[in-house]
Amino acid sequence: METLLSSLTILSQWQVLVALLLGSIGGVIIGALPGVGAAVAIAILLPATFAFEPIVGLTLMLGVYGSSMYGGAIPAILINTPGTAVNALTTYDGYPMTKRGEGHRALSLAYSASFFGGIFSVVCLILLSPLLAMIAPHFGSREIFLAALLGIILVVLAHRGQVFAAGMLASFGIFLSTIGLEPVKYTKRFTFDMTWLTSGINLIVVVLGLFAISQALLLLVDKDHKPGKAHVDGNLFSGLSELFRFKRIASVSSSLGVLMGMIPGVGEFTAQFLSYTYAQKTSKKPDDFGNGSPEGLVASEAANNAVPGAAMIPLLALGIPGEALTAMMLSVFYVHNVIPGPQLFQGQLDFVIAIYIALILLNVIVLAFLLSSTNLLLKIIQIPTRFLGVMILTLSFVGVYSLRNSITDCAVASAFGVFGLILKRLNLPIVPIILGMVLGGIMEVKLRSAMARVKSPLDFVDRPIAAILFAVILLILILHVRTVIREHKARREQETSENSEASTQQG
Amino acid sequence: MAHIKTLQELFRRHRRPGDIVFALLFLGFSIFLLSQVYGETSWVKRTKWFAQPRFWPAVSLIFMTFFALLHFIGSLCSPRILGRWLEVVFWLRSIEFVLYFLLYVAIVPLLGYLPSTVLFTCLLTTRVGLATPRFLMAASAFAICVALIFRAFLQVKIPAGQLYEAFPDPLKAFALTYL
Repeated sequence: METLLSSLTILSQWQVLVALLLGSIGGVIIGALPGVGAAVAIAILLPATFAFEPIVGLTLMLGVYGSSMYGGAIPAILINTPGTAVNALTTYDGYPMTKRGEGHRALSLAYSASFFGGIFSVVCLILLSPLLAMIAPHFGSREIFLAALLGIILVVLAHRGQVFAAGMLASFGIFLSTIGLEPVKYTKRFTFDMTWLTSGINLIVVVLGLFAISQALLLLVDKDHKPGKAHVDGNLFSGLSELFRFKRIASVSSSLGVLMGMIPGVGEFTAQFLSYTYAQKTSKKPDDFGNGSPEGLVASEAANNAVPGAAMIPLLALGIPGEALTAMMLSVFYVHNVIPGPQLFQGQLDFVIAIYIALILLNVIVLAFLLSSTNLLLKIIQIPTRFLGVMILTLSFVGVYSLRNSITDCAVASAFGVFGLILKRLNLPIVPIILGMVLGGIMEVKLRSAMARVKSPLDFVDRPIAAILFAVILLILILHVRTVIREHKARREQETSENSEASTQQG
Repeated sequence: MAHIKTLQELFRRHRRPGDIVFALLFLGFSIFLLSQVYGETSWVKRTKWFAQPRFWPAVSLIFMTFFALLHFIGSLCSPRILGRWLEVVFWLRSIEFVLYFLLYVAIVPLLGYLPSTVLFTCLLTTRVGLATPRFLMAASAFAICVALIFRAFLQVKIPAGQLYEAFPDPLKAFALTYL
């Protein structure tokens, strides 16, 4: 009770409340603008939040993170353009509903499902907290090393069809984290005798380049595009009651969102894919999926909104980010000397609970905002993409330059901007670079301290959690190899049958 | 022959125009970095392998080169979509905007944050073909809002412009602190 009161005191500061309000509403607008997304906004805001109290900075970030997907559903449903990448699946059923004249119903259901998913994940986070607080102290150096290694492996393998690219980019991220003066022996690594490389490559500079500047360049160079006009009439509250009809799908999708959100490197896409497949398989009208099925819409939105809350679990408990946005948030923690991990639950439980309450409040604020301001948002998003590019590039300057007032940082961020643009054009993943940088640093430090107490290789996995993590790593690798072989065999069989069919037809 | 075909099938993937150019450049970059491991990192005496400064750069570069090689092979084995050099030109066109951005970075300490930002947004808006009074006004308004929010309100660390020194005293103090 005392801890709860202390958390409420933390949250009742006006700065926290303003950050929550601005973050939530700003996040919705950013999410609704096709081509911006939470990653760009968080990258730009990151350095600005360093001057704030940790809880203020984090609340702002959480607001943007948790609410962008709500906003992304609006253009996905009404103009068939997903606001954020994770809303792509929403267009499958949302837009056909709009074409049938059920735009308000689709939006209302999407908001309700998103709200359900968001709240569900926070409740799971709160319920899992005591368990986390119990398990987290058993995570020593070797367990955290293995968990980080697991994260890297998962983020590489999660990019199906791009595993080689994800592997090379994750390794590149790990390499970037090693550049500069090595902190234990004080030797230079890959500085090429250039002073600006001695302090290493800053994570935030890379993040800003890869996410914000690359997006600005992409919008500036590409053809101009302006989202179409749309208007929605009707009662948006109706979806709240309609969601009860789909409570099974909403619950299962949210659970899948929580589960996938907790596993590093997996995230929204897998959660959506699994929940959508589940909803379709168990539906009485599976043929409606892709043609305006409310069940499909609920599955997609409930799953993606359950992820942000769940992604906070490995971050808070172990200090291990599961994807790029939580990796950015980790840097906010570090800047304020709040080290996420087992000790956070022991020493600053009120801070953790304050984050949980902030997450619940942001969902309520966003829902209230959306139910009253959807048409206003539809006007805001009518910005030509090139002008949006001008805006992002201007804001990127604040992000990079305010770090250290360094022109070199701006040049490095620009170089990563061009690199990010190439990756985006080639549809290659950016997230492995960021996770490689963050997890690479963690792995180096933790392996060094873990190995100091290890005499034989088997000692490394002689503790139960370490052994489980090691077994999971082996299992994932074996399962991946098995899947590749199976897919290959299936493809060959398909080709053989197609060939035999063709020869029969020719004969 | 059958083995080569199987390998080709295993590596085949969907690739976009320009993929092979990137794959080749990245492979070359990885090999170059790997070749520099001995010169750019050191091996410290009386220190175990896991604590060696060379350990992690070497591990990361070995994996980077290995995966880059596989990615390049994948690119070779996959069906080509035409438009490789058009795509490369698209990448290079972004450098023009990078130069504008760096110019903006260079003039902020001279002109000050607010004037440079207004100038930058208006010129960039003109460059991208949106030079109508409506968009130029929107660009100026956006620049003023950004400068005021970040420098005046959030007190983000951006140096004051040298130009402000030439302002008359009351305005000078205001400009140095807030603009």
